[in-house]
Amino acid sequence: MLELLGLPPEASAHAAEIDRVIVLLHWLMAVLAAGWGAFFLYTLVRFRRGANPVARREGITAGWSTYVEAAVVLSEVVILVFFSIPAYSARVTGFPNAMEATEVRVVAEQFAWNVHYPGADRTFGRTDIRLVSSENPIGLDRKDPAAADDVVSVNQFNIPLGRPVIVHLTSKDVIHSFGLPQMRVKQDAIPGMVHDLWFTPTRTGDWEIVCSQLCGLGHYRMRGFYSVQAPEAFTAWLREAATP
Amino acid sequence: MPTFFRRYIFSLDHKVIGVQYALTSLVFLLFGFTLMLLMRWQLAYPGQPLPFIGGLFGVANAPGGVMLPEFYNQLGAMHGTVMVFLGVVPLAVGGFGNYVMPLQIGASDMAFPKLNMASYWLYFLGGVTMLASFVLPGGAANSGWTAYPPLSYFATIGQTVWLGGMLFLILSSLLGSVNFITTIVQLRAPGLTWFRLPFFVWGQLVTAFLLLLAFPALQAAALLQAMDRIFGTSFFMPSGLVYGGKVVAGAGGGNPLLWQHLFWFLAHPEVYVLILPAMGIVVEIMTANTRKPIWGYRLMVGSAIFLGFMSFLVWAHHMFLTGMGTSISTFFQTTTMIISIPSVIILSALFLSLYGGSIRFNTPMLFALAFLPMFGIGGLTGLPLGLASSDIALHDTYYVIGHFHYVVAPGTIFALFAGVYYWYPKVTGRLMNETLGKIHFAGSFVFINGIFMPMFIQGLAGMNRRLYDGGAQYAHVKDVLHWNTFMSWSAWGLGLFQLFFIVNVFLSLRTGKPAGSNPWQATTLDWAATSSPPLAHGNFASAPVVHRGPYDYSVPGTREDFIPQHVEHADGEAR
Amino acid sequence: MELEIPYTVEERPDTGLTNARLAIWLFLASEVMLFGSLFSAYVLLRSGSEFWPRQADYVNIPLATLNTIVLITSSVTIVMAWASLKLQQFRSYRLYMGLTVLAGLGFLILKGVEYGQKFEHHYYPATNNFLGMYFVLTGLHIAHVIGGLVVNLYLLGPGARMWKTAPAQFTGRVEAAGLYWHFVDLVWIFLFPVLYLL
Ligand code: HEM
Ligand SMILES: [Cu+2]
Ligand SMILES: [Cu+2]
Repeated sequence: MLELLGLPPEASAHAAEIDRVIVLLHWLMAVLAAGWGAFFLYTLVRFRRGANPVARREGITAGWSTYVEAAVVLSEVVILVFFSIPAYSARVTGFPNAMEATEVRVVAEQFAWNVHYPGADRTFGRTDIRLVSSENPIGLDRKDPAAADDVVSVNQFNIPLGRPVIVHLTSKDVIHSFGLPQMRVKQDAIPGMVHDLWFTPTRTGDWEIVCSQLCGLGHYRMRGFYSVQAPEAFTAWLREAATP
Repeated sequence: MPTFFRRYIFSLDHKVIGVQYALTSLVFLLFGFTLMLLMRWQLAYPGQPLPFIGGLFGVANAPGGVMLPEFYNQLGAMHGTVMVFLGVVPLAVGGFGNYVMPLQIGASDMAFPKLNMASYWLYFLGGVTMLASFVLPGGAANSGWTAYPPLSYFATIGQTVWLGGMLFLILSSLLGSVNFITTIVQLRAPGLTWFRLPFFVWGQLVTAFLLLLAFPALQAAALLQAMDRIFGTSFFMPSGLVYGGKVVAGAGGGNPLLWQHLFWFLAHPEVYVLILPAMGIVVEIMTANTRKPIWGYRLMVGSAIFLGFMSFLVWAHHMFLTGMGTSISTFFQTTTMIISIPSVIILSALFLSLYGGSIRFNTPMLFALAFLPMFGIGGLTGLPLGLASSDIALHDTYYVIGHFHYVVAPGTIFALFAGVYYWYPKVTGRLMNETLGKIHFAGSFVFINGIFMPMFIQGLAGMNRRLYDGGAQYAHVKDVLHWNTFMSWSAWGLGLFQLFFIVNVFLSLRTGKPAGSNPWQATTLDWAATSSPPLAHGNFASAPVVHRGPYDYSVPGTREDFIPQHVEHADGEAR
Repeated sequence: MELEIPYTVEERPDTGLTNARLAIWLFLASEVMLFGSLFSAYVLLRSGSEFWPRQADYVNIPLATLNTIVLITSSVTIVMAWASLKLQQFRSYRLYMGLTVLAGLGFLILKGVEYGQKFEHHYYPATNNFLGMYFVLTGLHIAHVIGGLVVNLYLLGPGARMWKTAPAQFTGRVEAAGLYWHFVDLVWIFLFPVLYLL
């Protein structure tokens, strides 16, 4: 079923959990569609006026339909309780220890993704909206010592393989949505709020960040890139980016 | 003598008002559909000039015939708005509800004929306001039909006009729903007890309650957004925004999610407003054309009421990705699964009703039958969107568009077509042409699936909605991109086949077979106790009294295979 | 020829309602949802904001208290007006309805004074979200008061002619107007503590 659905490749640790819910639900749909469909076609043929000139008022009297309904409800309950709720709550709780993770801030704006790395000191430099300019899209205060080794990258999000990533997500102007299809990550970037999300990439590769919320005229081209790199490659990239 | 104006323009008669609603909303449906046909060009052939008509839209919208993102976003927002608020609901409720419901309950008119007229004209005004916004500088609203702030805050003046138009529509719907409920509760014919009501009337009743209680939330939201846009308040505007490189002035401190809560508090029940009247229509047509009652009538009524009630408790499943914690998301996932149960029950009951019937495949029945699997697909594909975990992957993709269009287009719209074919003889005294009707059905059925089925494929692959170039930029969807042309040609094909419908509507006025009062041999009062068309004044020659349930078809021991609701019980008749 | 709609005057036996009474209740249910939505918006904005102004700095509590009394009085008088009709005392109906209208006008005047004070201090809806909500909620309430006032004036003046021709229907109308007026009063009783005292 998974191949049939044609979802993007799974490239994060939790992707399979999410896909499992999708797959199970589509099995449920397939079974129901087949059952209902067969019944529907049968009745249309069997009970057409030509074949059944006089209707039977009572219609169906067998009680099996109740069992079918109960079975549908039961499958939904199982998928909800044992698959969906755990999969979702693992996304919004159970954050890894920041020391073991790669931490970044992502600030969305019309129509770009700004990625802010804290650098070697693991501390984000201060930001201030009054410092925002075209060279300094997130308004980073370079005078803050913590900001000295910070890296700000526009539309390019690099992450190391196999380590959890924590993203603090927000927006400067309107609502955007930070979508990483291959990671099964999507989260609205809402101005005035910071939302955290986390995931662990399990495959290297170069993919795209997809804006998933109508954010204006350039929404369709609000595309960023993200690369899952081998840890050494990532460290090298970050070091180079930090040197002015 | 009533003047021409009183009789046709400012009529107080529910039948005339119903027809006014129906015609106006059909025009709006065509208009909303045309907007989409334009968009489908840009999706299939991004950046290429629109053929033939490209020059008509002016340099602000389509210089050299090439549609700009500005225009695309207007078309998208207005397609959604027009279809939902000016097309489907006014046709299903204002049109069918107004015309049929009083007849089915044996009433001589609505409880408040003047309010009824006011509803229609407020609706008309709302529609004109929405249409007029296209000619404003910057054009119509372009922030989606959902109008999320802050995007809608920064939008052009068209957004303010959109809010004004919504205000008219909300007032219209408020007057209408008060009138509908009062009429159903108070004006039922003697003997027409609650469980003798045709299911159509139940559908209208639950719908009216949803409109009555859910729309005020949008009214409040629209008021607050208008304040933000006109008086510079910051209800939906947080502090510290930088827009277009400049710090946004204003007090700040607002919350953009507040809008979403209020909006979806309306817009989720609105989905059931779109679907319940359609189910009502389908039940009427199915019972008449299977010659047997509906399976589990009381169960269906109970499910419809429960559905209406639950629809107030699921709104935030549209907001799973706005940063919801475990407990709130669990609550809304659970309520969403609960609300799927009555929907499954209703759909199963409709399927089961076919069993044992004697099915006549006329045009209204074909459309009604097609409703079942189409609504089934729409409903089932809602499940992955209603669970927060799978929604992470599918939110804002074409899967969503596919899901709700299966509910509202091949679902509700087909039911509405079925209703037009079914009640046309009541309104005009003549049947619509069956051959044209069947061609219309076959073409529509094929092409509409051609549009919407590939949306699931695209959505699963991760193609997003509301993309001006149909996703052409993105590498991960390049394998499913080619569907865009297929879907667009399907859409234009669908458009072509609507000509058969339009021609049929006009042609049959003159040339249709005279229908007689009850061409479908139906049992409900609208057919059984009136002429076609019904008496202009007061509907019924003599006030009907009801003696039985709505669907006494094929009662054993009787000569005819149907007994109208107002016929008394005979000896020998099985009860 | 006007169509005869049943149950405009007499109650339908099985529901125990006249059309107008049911309709006004339904309308009020919708209104409850409208004000309820705005109240929820207020609560959400206030609880979600880092900085909420001290409301007492902006409002005039004595004036609003006086207004509360005025409005509650008018609720009593409109009941008296309706009761008078029930007792067939048209003259005292006039008196009580007149008092109701006067109280409504008084409320509006006091409210106008209050608004004037706000503008004098350059307090506008855009000043902060408290004032924004204050103006939206009280403004919408004022619109409802005006609506009620117009209806009451009509029932006092030209509308009262119906007492001669169809007294039962007229009493029904006064009853409906009274229900509405109570609702307007009730909304104020919510607004007063929320905007002035909390
Ligand atoms: C049968 C003809 C229809 C076609 C071909 C069609 C097609 C589409 C397409 C392709 C979109 C997505 C556009 C985009 O994301 O850029 C869309 C959006 C939408 N459609 Fe339809 N649709 C049809 C009928 C309807 C009906 C009957 C309704 C409602 C009752 C409806 C309501 C909507 C809404 C609410 C949206 C979302 C608009 C937005 O993004 O703000 N559509 N439609
Ligand atoms: Cu964006
Ligand atoms: Cu976007």
